[in-house]
Amino acid sequence: MSSVDGLSPGFTAPVEDQQACFRAVLEATSRPGTIVTLAGPTRPPAPLGGAMAAVALTLVDADTPLWLDDAIMAGAAPSWLRFHCGCRLVADPSSAVFAFAADAAALPPLSRFFAGTDEYPDRGATIVVAVAALGEGHRLTLTGPGIAGTAMIATTGLQKGFAAMRAANHRLFPRGVDVILVAGNRLVSLPRSTTVSSPEG
Amino acid sequence: MYVAVKGGERAIENSHAVLAEARRGDAAVPPLTLPQIAGQLGLAVDRVMAEASLYDRELAALAIKQAQGDLVEGAFLLRAYRTTLPRFCASLPVETERMVVERRISATYKDLPGGQVLGPTYDYTHRLLDFSLAAEGDATSAPRADTPLNATMPHVTSLLGAEGLMRPEAPDQEREPADVTRDPPRFPADRSARLQTLARGDEGFVLAMGYSTQRGYGGAHPFAGEIRHGSVAVEIVPEELGFPITIGDIMVTECEMVNQFKGSRTEKPQFTRGYGLVFGHGERKAMGMALVDRALMAAELGEDAVHPAQDHEFVLSHCDNVESSGFVQHLKLPHYVDFQSELELVRRLRAEADLRMAEQQREAAE
Amino acid sequence: MATLARAPRERLEAAIASLAPTPQWERLRGPEAGMVMVRGRMGSVGGAFNLGEMTVARCAVRLDDGRVGHAYRAGRDLRAAELAAVLDACALGPGLPASLAAALAAMDAAEDAARDDRSRRAAATRVDFYGMVRMG
Repeated sequence: MSSVDGLSPGFTAPVEDQQACFRAVLEATSRPGTIVTLAGPTRPPAPLGGAMAAVALTLVDADTPLWLDDAIMAGAAPSWLRFHCGCRLVADPSSAVFAFAADAAALPPLSRFFAGTDEYPDRGATIVVAVAALGEGHRLTLTGPGIAGTAMIATTGLQKGFAAMRAANHRLFPRGVDVILVAGNRLVSLPRSTTVSSPEG
Repeated sequence: MYVAVKGGERAIENSHAVLAEARRGDAAVPPLTLPQIAGQLGLAVDRVMAEASLYDRELAALAIKQAQGDLVEGAFLLRAYRTTLPRFCASLPVETERMVVERRISATYKDLPGGQVLGPTYDYTHRLLDFSLAAEGDATSAPRADTPLNATMPHVTSLLGAEGLMRPEAPDQEREPADVTRDPPRFPADRSARLQTLARGDEGFVLAMGYSTQRGYGGAHPFAGEIRHGSVAVEIVPEELGFPITIGDIMVTECEMVNQFKGSRTEKPQFTRGYGLVFGHGERKAMGMALVDRALMAAELGEDAVHPAQDHEFVLSHCDNVESSGFVQHLKLPHYVDFQSELELVRRLRAEADLRMAEQQREAAE
Repeated sequence: MATLARAPRERLEAAIASLAPTPQWERLRGPEAGMVMVRGRMGSVGGAFNLGEMTVARCAVRLDDGRVGHAYRAGRDLRAAELAAVLDACALGPGLPASLAAALAAMDAAEDAARDDRSRRAAATRVDFYGMVRMG
């Protein structure tokens, strides 16, 4: 049982905390570009930030195979996630329902993740990416459902080709993957229905 | 035209109150307790657990009490509760060979290893009402043998298998079984999906379908190879531990039907098995399930699949009583607007028919 | 863990009470109720299929000294799951306390006795066939 010996607890009040997190993620996804703040577990294992850990504890379970990038695989986080979420970890991005990346610069192309099927587009993967900062840095323009006109978000640390990958993803609609960006306890959602463009190129 | 209709809140509230009063019955009679239901109406509890697809005796007893003994409604309540619980993981397959047997019989071999164990059964009762039960009976106690039963009992089908007379099961594959609670139905259905659907299916429906195969709608010539009932240990391998642990025991009933198979171009004549496994003590259900399981194999065995019990979509889409009860009973919901349009349509068609008939009469007269 | 999964809650309470000093623990996860999907084998020996779910209570705790205990128990008794996890942790490593060893042995003995009684009750209903020799 050594793999769990050093583990920290999950949510303090699991039911209430999960409901609050779910509500916040729903709010963020309904209004893409809106930054919400989540109360995460008190001591999530590095490199998981509060928001990424909260999303895991709320949405990931035994029915959702999880892919982790190398940065997360290296530490105690895989054991923590398996213990608290009961999820299977998968090495192949295309067989994951959720994917967590702590190193945004090394994020594999979105096309490597499962985009759902024509019959069941809802089964497309959700990819949670940690960026260095939300609200400052490189600006992205968002349009689409849930946005009056256009919205703007600024991020630091997202790779240059992100807007182009999103455009390719958008062409699959209603198939496609959904993206959630997190930084610390803050979160912004970019569902597949949102068009992302980069005014700064 | 769409007309939103509001109202009826107070009528509904009062209806709940009337239901509660009717459920409680005569206030001078003590209320039922859950241990009384779980302990003394055990077969009702078993049926609700099987059809709700959730093993929890206490919750099933509560569902029966709340539903005033309506077992289909009870299964519905328990299904609804089930959706509020997270699923931690799946168990390892339960090993029925190591069942702690309460009852085990075979209609094909008199002297099978482990013996014929009658256990608690209505089979040898006279079906005469026992008026002594109408008086409040004292606890009774059954005799005990000096030695317990064998810890493991081989299945009858394994005896036939050892002789090469039983068509082997597909070897234990690593493939994940279908889960009808997660994946949408596909036809023809995978056998794992068929068995899961039948295990939670309505006992009456599964029994009737099994019966139909015996009456000429399935060409079955079944023998009850073995029926066993007892407790099995449930083991899981938690993600965080990585080794199997026992989490408790559940009661199940298993039936293996032995059916003749005339063979095909590639397979010699042999026996095939139909399989039934249900939560709790449910022999009628397990036997019906085993008959239907075998009937649903027809196409795979190269037999003509022409009867209802051999039709995957017919059987699997209609055997769930929560679904069928919901769809039939939804007809009670207001369809005022739908019906209004039907009414107008029928009136218009009648008016047109009147015109046409008058026209015909005129033509005939001319 | 099978012993602690099957024991009634009263026995777990008594086993904790018998420990000196009383263990102190932190909850790592739960206690919480959920379900396990029970699987069977097609034709009793073949591939797996999903039979139906059962309720399960589980808990994981860490003692002050760092030992981690786990429990998964059929049913929804959260208190029993937490106690079972604490006892699981207390039973780890060298030096099993004598009172805990005795409590675990008593739990096993009670379980075995109940199982033996049920099996002997069933065994009393085993059929002894006998043949009749036909005369003439």
